[in-house]
Amino acid sequence: MSDTFEPVIIGFTCNWCSYRAADLAGTARVKYPPNVRLIRLMCSGRLDPTFVLHALANGADAVMITGCHPGECHYIEQNYKALRRFLLLRRTLAGMGIEPQRVQLVWASAAEGARLAEEIARIVEEVRALGPLHWPTSTDLYGKPFSEEEAFSVTKETSAPAEVNA
Amino acid sequence: MSNRFIPLEPMQPRERIGVYVCHCGSNIAGTVDVAEVRDWAEKRLAHRGVVVARDYKFMCSSLGQELIAKDIKEQGLTRVVVAACSPHLHEQTFRKACQMAGLNPYLCELVSIREQVSWVHTDKHAATDKAKAILSGGVERVMRHTPLEPLHVPIHPATLVVGGGIAGIQAALEIADAGFPVYLVEREPSIGGHMAQFDKTFPTLDCAACILTPRMVSAGNHPNITLLTWSEVTRVDGYVGNFTVTIRKKARYVKEELCTGCGVCQEKCPKRVVDEQYEAGLGFRKACYIPFPQAVPKYPVIDTENCVFFAKGTCKACQKFCPTNAIDYDQKDEYLSVQVGNIILATGYDLFDARRVSQYGYGRLANVFTSLEFERLSNSAGPTNGNIVLRDGVTTPKTVGIIHCVGSRDRNFNNYCSAICCMQSLKFAHLVKERTGATVYNFYIDIRTTAKAYDEFYQRVLEEGTLFVRGKVAEVTDAARKPGEEGKIIIQVEDTLVGKQRRIPVDMVILANGLEPRRDAKEVAKIFGISCSADGWLIEKHPKLDPVATMTEGIYIAGCATGPKDIPSTVAQGAAAAASVLGRIQQGEIALEPVRASVLEERCSGCRICNNLCPFNAITFHEDRMVTSINAALCQGCGTCVAACPAGAITGTAFSNEQIIGQIEGLLMRNLETAPVGAGQA
Ligand SMILES: Cc1cc2nc3c(=O)[nH]c(=O)nc-3n(C[C@H](O)[C@H](O)[C@H](O)COP(=O)(O)OP(=O)(O)OC[C@H]3O[C@@H](n4cnc5c(N)ncnc54)[C@H](O)[C@@H]3O)c2cc1C
Ligand code: FES
Repeated sequence: MSDTFEPVIIGFTCNWCSYRAADLAGTARVKYPPNVRLIRLMCSGRLDPTFVLHALANGADAVMITGCHPGECHYIEQNYKALRRFLLLRRTLAGMGIEPQRVQLVWASAAEGARLAEEIARIVEEVRALGPLHWPTSTDLYGKPFSEEEAFSVTKETSAPAEVNA
Repeated sequence: MSNRFIPLEPMQPRERIGVYVCHCGSNIAGTVDVAEVRDWAEKRLAHRGVVVARDYKFMCSSLGQELIAKDIKEQGLTRVVVAACSPHLHEQTFRKACQMAGLNPYLCELVSIREQVSWVHTDKHAATDKAKAILSGGVERVMRHTPLEPLHVPIHPATLVVGGGIAGIQAALEIADAGFPVYLVEREPSIGGHMAQFDKTFPTLDCAACILTPRMVSAGNHPNITLLTWSEVTRVDGYVGNFTVTIRKKARYVKEELCTGCGVCQEKCPKRVVDEQYEAGLGFRKACYIPFPQAVPKYPVIDTENCVFFAKGTCKACQKFCPTNAIDYDQKDEYLSVQVGNIILATGYDLFDARRVSQYGYGRLANVFTSLEFERLSNSAGPTNGNIVLRDGVTTPKTVGIIHCVGSRDRNFNNYCSAICCMQSLKFAHLVKERTGATVYNFYIDIRTTAKAYDEFYQRVLEEGTLFVRGKVAEVTDAARKPGEEGKIIIQVEDTLVGKQRRIPVDMVILANGLEPRRDAKEVAKIFGISCSADGWLIEKHPKLDPVATMTEGIYIAGCATGPKDIPSTVAQGAAAAASVLGRIQQGEIALEPVRASVLEERCSGCRICNNLCPFNAITFHEDRMVTSINAALCQGCGTCVAACPAGAITGTAFSNEQIIGQIEGLLMRNLETAPVGAGQA
């Protein structure tokens, strides 16, 4: 291992555009840094903000959310909902003292393998510059770690109702 | 990995998981240490339930699949993870292999360490680490999978074909001949597409009208085809097997049920208009017109922009002379709604606008023509009755220059090859020679004559004495510099075979302007829920193995809408799309991925947050019970409502919270920190 900090980034992709962009980057042999690990969802609209929090709370230094370009969602308009959640999530995280660049949104069509690779490279560099994430809320007020169950339900409540007002 | 987290709950593995790491020849094994990944999975993931881990050269081969089947039977595997290529490629293969061995196919997970690892990374160490993480994500995910059954939906036997070019006509006829109903929607007043504008077709030089017209007539008369011309699809609802399509039938101002197609209206119409569409700007039509004599259907349309009555309120010549009283100035656009099971898009291409290559002078120099203009010029039913003459309408050219690849294979415009321009330019050379005896120069970059009988045609044109100059034309100009250039158009080119600049004076230039996606391809694709490539062509499901299907079930594409191609390939695709659709119709139903959302009513608090999130209207609220429910038939499985439910009352099959959270933890290698049962908490 070199001395440079190698961030771990979880990337969420939608089945129709951005996952295919990742596939295309592969078939076209475009190179990008190996720091991003992808999860396939059906649509960016499936992205529950708690997934992001869960990833950050469990060792990810950043999360990349991807989906089809606005207007091109396979389910018509669900990526707009992802966009709303993303904006709220960034605000929430800022309130917790987490740099907004740790959650990034990228639109990529199935044809944009090279662009997705470029975006990944950019995000990796940005996060590398930020350094490791020190997740602030892994203990309660008394320094006792939250159980998984507690952590999960807390984040559920803070994120989901916010969506209502979006 | 950091140790700032509480470890996962120690667990007694619930499942018996088999892990298979594919080498894909050297595609994966060249960058990922597959043996290391296998060993690691066997040791470090044993406490998560991994009981067998193997690596194999080609997991997708029958031997690879047998390996899985054998382990399922002999080792009693309850879950399978294959680390190989993209699930878009082989998910079905491995699911089927599991199913054959008696394991529910949805208990198999394919994770991509080729497209996402070996093909995009170079550092072997980092790639191997990432492969492990991805594999561990798959293991955590699959152990939370539940057995699922595919959803079966019935297929409506009717099909919608959009675009009445040769691709759409072929597709419609194949399906109609097999005995099933077709709606053929064409936006122009007649079907036929580009082919209807040509005179001769390469390589056989048979007359386009002679081979096309009978097909057009069959499509127009077929009892199983409902032909809707001057119409456009405005909306598509539903899903494979059961689409509801809204079609706007534009007002023709002619009552089709009364019109006999006699053409008196067109004859009597006083308003002449330059025909930019069918005659490519070289000829005229009337404001009340039938686009060309062989048009199908034979009904005219009134072009309200140019009609004197619509502009001034007087004239009505067409109405006065119509023997059957078919003219109706009050006609309005109609909206029809039809049910279909499958849709074929055959919307064709547009031509590259030759004005964009300004140095070639199109639009500035009168005797520079586009390919389509030349087609009309050489067409015996065209504006000059097939006489190849200059813009003045009388002078026969003595020298003609044909420039290949205009706008194609050009970084400033389109990178791709338009596929047909070489043959089309050779066809032009032959026609010019045959009809005028002129000296013909073809300016080419490369000659691409790869299909059946194409190179033979090239040889023939060579023998006919057409001169070939290899080089990209720099400029087409009327600025004479030397004697003999006055009054001519001069083509300035570097002849790359002799390594010399040349100036060749000619009387006429024909630009082989390339093919481009329809200008509205993106908007059309959106209506049908499919996508376009970076160039703008409609994207196929797989460029080689599934060239007429799309990522959206039930939507097929054919002809030049997917990329430039000649008539034979266009027809083959039309037929292929029809065959795919017929296969579906004949089966009567289709099995769909059981990716759906459902509500656990006892958990639903009736908050209604999810109620307006669904674009498919699958979510209904029951006032009486104060709970929400989801209609599985309408649900498309995007999962937006699952993500929004604050009570966790909505679950998504195949993409549940538990599965995704599990995968996150696996990817972050949290499972490695888990103490095995009995070892106590760390
Ligand atoms: C100058 C020239 C010469 C050629 N010569 C030859 C030749 O000699 N031999 C050969 O093999 N090939 C030739 N080609 C290629 C040939 O034109 C194509 O292969 C063929 O016409 C493609 O047919 P298509 O049905 O895919 O598209 P098109 O012919 O473009 O037909 C598409 C149809 O769909 C309609 N449409 C489009 N959008 C919509 C919509 N949204 N809703 C409803 N309808 C819509 C259009 O109005 C059109 O009628 C030539 C091409 C050019 C440009
Ligand atoms: S399907 Fe890609 S964002 Fe919705």
